[in-house]
Amino acid sequence: MSEFFRVAWHIVRKDMTVEIRSREILFTTLLFAVSVVLVFSFAIVREGRAPDDVAAGILWVAISFAGTLAMGRTFERERYNDTLRALMLAPADRPAVYTGKLLGLLLLLGLVEIVLVPLVGLLFSAPIFAYPIMLITLLATGTIGFAAVGTLFAAMLVRVRSRDTLLPVLLYPITIPVMIAGVRGTAALFQATPDEPMARFWIGLLIFWDAIFLTLALWTFEPVMTE
Amino acid sequence: MMRFLRVCALFVTLLGVTSPVLLAQPQPPKEFVPVDEVPPGEQIPAINMVAAAYGFVWVAVLGYVWSIASRLKQVEAELTELESRKR
Amino acid sequence: MRKLTTPFIGLSAGMLLVAPWIINAAPYESTMGLVQKVFYFHFPSAILFLVASLICGVHSFRFLFMKRQSADAWALSAAELGLLFGALTLVTGPLWARKAWGVWWVWDPRLTSSLLLFLIFASYLMLRKYGGPGSERLAAGMALFGMLNVPFIYVSVNVWRTLHPQTSVVPTLPTDMGIPLWFCFAAFTMLFLALLTLRATLELQRARVEALYLAEDEA
Repeated sequence: MSEFFRVAWHIVRKDMTVEIRSREILFTTLLFAVSVVLVFSFAIVREGRAPDDVAAGILWVAISFAGTLAMGRTFERERYNDTLRALMLAPADRPAVYTGKLLGLLLLLGLVEIVLVPLVGLLFSAPIFAYPIMLITLLATGTIGFAAVGTLFAAMLVRVRSRDTLLPVLLYPITIPVMIAGVRGTAALFQATPDEPMARFWIGLLIFWDAIFLTLALWTFEPVMTE
Repeated sequence: MMRFLRVCALFVTLLGVTSPVLLAQPQPPKEFVPVDEVPPGEQIPAINMVAAAYGFVWVAVLGYVWSIASRLKQVEAELTELESRKR
Repeated sequence: MRKLTTPFIGLSAGMLLVAPWIINAAPYESTMGLVQKVFYFHFPSAILFLVASLICGVHSFRFLFMKRQSADAWALSAAELGLLFGALTLVTGPLWARKAWGVWWVWDPRLTSSLLLFLIFASYLMLRKYGGPGSERLAAGMALFGMLNVPFIYVSVNVWRTLHPQTSVVPTLPTDMGIPLWFCFAAFTMLFLALLTLRATLELQRARVEALYLAEDEA
């Protein structure tokens, strides 16, 4: 068991080391997420103000678009340097490799969300500090669900021809339930009169989806990645 | 230059022809008038919906059956040809 | 299964030809009137849509984990049929809804998740078509995720308050509505099984043709 986490930790460290040197994926993803928020703000704003209740939707759209980009880029880097084959050939548990990549992606998305959430709160006057623990839980569980499926699919598509367009095409129909839960839960917290039980319900559903997606992804990673 | 003038002339003509039509539109209602039952002219005819639904089902199913049948015939022809060539 | 395809197709074609008269004989529903008769095609399509997803998932599992090569052909057929029956459901449904609910579409759990499952089938087929070699395994992995949707779709109308009728409607149908429904359901199911087998046979034959071509090239 500890072997599993050791391998995963090695992979996370490797990804972080590469990333810290160039910070390429972090900055580009961050800037992309901010652009998405701005584009949506301009699309929706009327008479200088945005309608109420759009903050949650825009936040999650930005996370989902930026996340797709980040996943694609992380595995593109592996493909470009042909290191994915080395990873697959390594005498390590495949699920451990998957977990390592997943944790790396989660760290990256976490950093992006740390910037996004205050930005959205600022632009849309959303009460992000009213229920901080619940908001963090919502974001964490939603991102885990999204990233769990995304890491699997991005790894799957690395050697496929139209991978850039196919990744969102494959990913979104499956992760939209997670997005819906995230948006509805966040919207319940950002409302004029926050609805805590509702947010808790959506967090519960998100945890349920996360468990299912993580289990299925861990299970299918090996047969799908084997040539 | 000539082309530009021609385009302008066309535009002005179109504007002149359509503006009486556009200006003659009925005024929007000034207040709401409730009514008990929707008048027959305003109702959506149910038979259209039912016919469209059944029609679509038939067309889609027959189309798919035809597509499989033609592909199957083609593949079986190829198969017999290849097997006879093998011998 | 192969031997039954011709009688199944013949029988289901005959039944579907006769169906309009049987459906006409069924009583009108009290609030919806004539448009409710879309139900007799909508319900079988919807159930077979979900069944297709389960079949695709099961065969994808067999292909991925039990390494059965032939299962892949069945998974592909099930996915195509899922797309077909999903299209039937998602077209007949809104046509009915426009008259019964006043709108073409609502974003309630059942309709949304059905649309998502339809999109999952579409992306599965797109991956297989444009993904290049080796995309069968990837698509099989995806189909397993898609299969998770099915219980959710079925149960969603009972858990959430939606415009869509609940699952309790069908078991409690009066007999003169039940007969045309199960008649159409039988016809559609036979059609489904026949098409599934035919499509899978097509795929398996294609694989044989490719193998023969390869053997020829090597010789």
